[in-house]
Amino acid sequence: MSSDDVIGIGYLVAAALFILGLKGLGKPRTAVRGNQLGALGMFVAVLVTLLDRDIVSYWQLAIGMAIGAAVGVLLALRVEMTSMPQLVALFNGFGGLASVLVGAASFFEAVGRGNDDLQVSLAAALTAWIGAVTFTGSLIAFTKLQEVWDGLPIPAARIVNITLSVAALGLAIAVVAQPDQRLWFWLLVAVAAVSGVTLTSPIGGADMPVVIALLNSFSGLAAAAAGFVLDNALLIIAGALVGASGLILTAIMTKAMNRTLIDVLFGDGPASGGGLDADEVYAGKVTSTSADEVAMLLDTAERVVIVPGYGLAVAQAQHAVRDLTKALEANGSEVVFGIHPVAGRMPGHMNVLLAEAEISYDALVEMDMVNPTFEQTDVAIVLGANDVVNPVAREPDGPIAGMPILDVDNARVVVVIKRSLSPGFAGIPNPLFAADNAMMLFGDGKAAVVEITKALAEV
Amino acid sequence: MSPIVALTLFVIAVFLGVELITKVPPTLHTPLMSGSNAISGITLVGALVSSGTEYSTLTTILAVVAVALATTNVVGGFLVTNRMLAMFRPKTPSKREGGDS
Repeated sequence: MSSDDVIGIGYLVAAALFILGLKGLGKPRTAVRGNQLGALGMFVAVLVTLLDRDIVSYWQLAIGMAIGAAVGVLLALRVEMTSMPQLVALFNGFGGLASVLVGAASFFEAVGRGNDDLQVSLAAALTAWIGAVTFTGSLIAFTKLQEVWDGLPIPAARIVNITLSVAALGLAIAVVAQPDQRLWFWLLVAVAAVSGVTLTSPIGGADMPVVIALLNSFSGLAAAAAGFVLDNALLIIAGALVGASGLILTAIMTKAMNRTLIDVLFGDGPASGGGLDADEVYAGKVTSTSADEVAMLLDTAERVVIVPGYGLAVAQAQHAVRDLTKALEANGSEVVFGIHPVAGRMPGHMNVLLAEAEISYDALVEMDMVNPTFEQTDVAIVLGANDVVNPVAREPDGPIAGMPILDVDNARVVVVIKRSLSPGFAGIPNPLFAADNAMMLFGDGKAAVVEITKALAEV
Repeated sequence: MSPIVALTLFVIAVFLGVELITKVPPTLHTPLMSGSNAISGITLVGALVSSGTEYSTLTTILAVVAVALATTNVVGGFLVTNRMLAMFRPKTPSKREGGDS
């Protein structure tokens, strides 16, 4: 058997392991195994690649891998769970840039050896385009999420983005037409890198989950495109799998926010205001409450639903919430968490934050499952969430019309823990706060939960 | 590999990816993203070949940087996913299912 055959079979095994790995990642009980299978697949792929007879020197590979592994381990072990979206964005960016460089190196080599087939040059252009957008787009997403830089203010963003896309298309055609002119390739990389910045800069905090999912998809597509340049089946398969999974997650996220992808990328952000006047909505109708009063309500509650939002993570209240949950359960109440798909900053982020606080995933109930149960719920506690419980979404032509929400107002009593009556990302007042069955517990999320737990012990 | 075969692989893998991911519960979306992100580091394989062939100084430098970036993506991605998943636990771990988790 030649080394090419060994490599081919190794790639087949790796592809199968990736598929089994992704399948495993789909169920809580098999997810750890799934991730390990994916890692094993990658290990097999790297190992057989080293057999490639075109590889004449290994020392530079060792240096590159040693540096990469050290940085990867450091980042993965030190990151806080609240910072997970930033880290995923950063890794996405690295993957995107790696694909651009691989595309460049293998394209220049292929052309130098006289292979300038359409497949090679077209794929190289696509790799440069998608990979560079992924790289700079992910970096901007990172700086936004890390709150170090909010991106460039882009005037007339839509026109700028369309212009840059047309320019990139023209350069991609130039790469295909004149594969031996490296200038076209690098210009394409530059224009795509700029358009990554201009596409992501105007996108606001609430739309971040969509952007991360989309960039995740792009990093896969860039790898697949590099696979076409290299004529490498494993890159094509693995890249396509990731590209597809990222697209599905993007679709889930946009649906959960009642937006379209075009709206998120080229729109002007969610409409704000919408004719609702905060003073009119709240005037004289907001009931404020105390931790003691909430504890008394909870003491007799049979069923409690907690609705967490990103505010919970900002207040670092996860562990306090866990303690309250334990106390309520010891007191005989049933406690579940109602999770909106966009709670947190990336898809499923809230679940990870609560898992870290040792809250079982069985207690985390997704929106569609928890909504019909609010009518049998004695107390709903809204903690750090706002727009996702705003009943305005049910009205046919409000600013967030049609956005799926958690129907907490169907519970017997709703307790909203919040610093003030300030609006959420959508910028609109929330009539829930003024509802007859709603009470506001003003204050810091963590301190409030700790006080309720303490008061509950004294009831 | 002919371009048509390559394209066929791509399209079939996209369909497979869609099938695999559609039914994933929201609880696992974050680990799924970081895990699939690690898989997209497969570009490492391409980087290894390109950097090892020493075709020219430029291609070697580009590819070695790519090796470092892709390795970060792969190693960091799988590791952080593992760290996250280790925190997920069911309420009542029964003996029947306890064996393999």
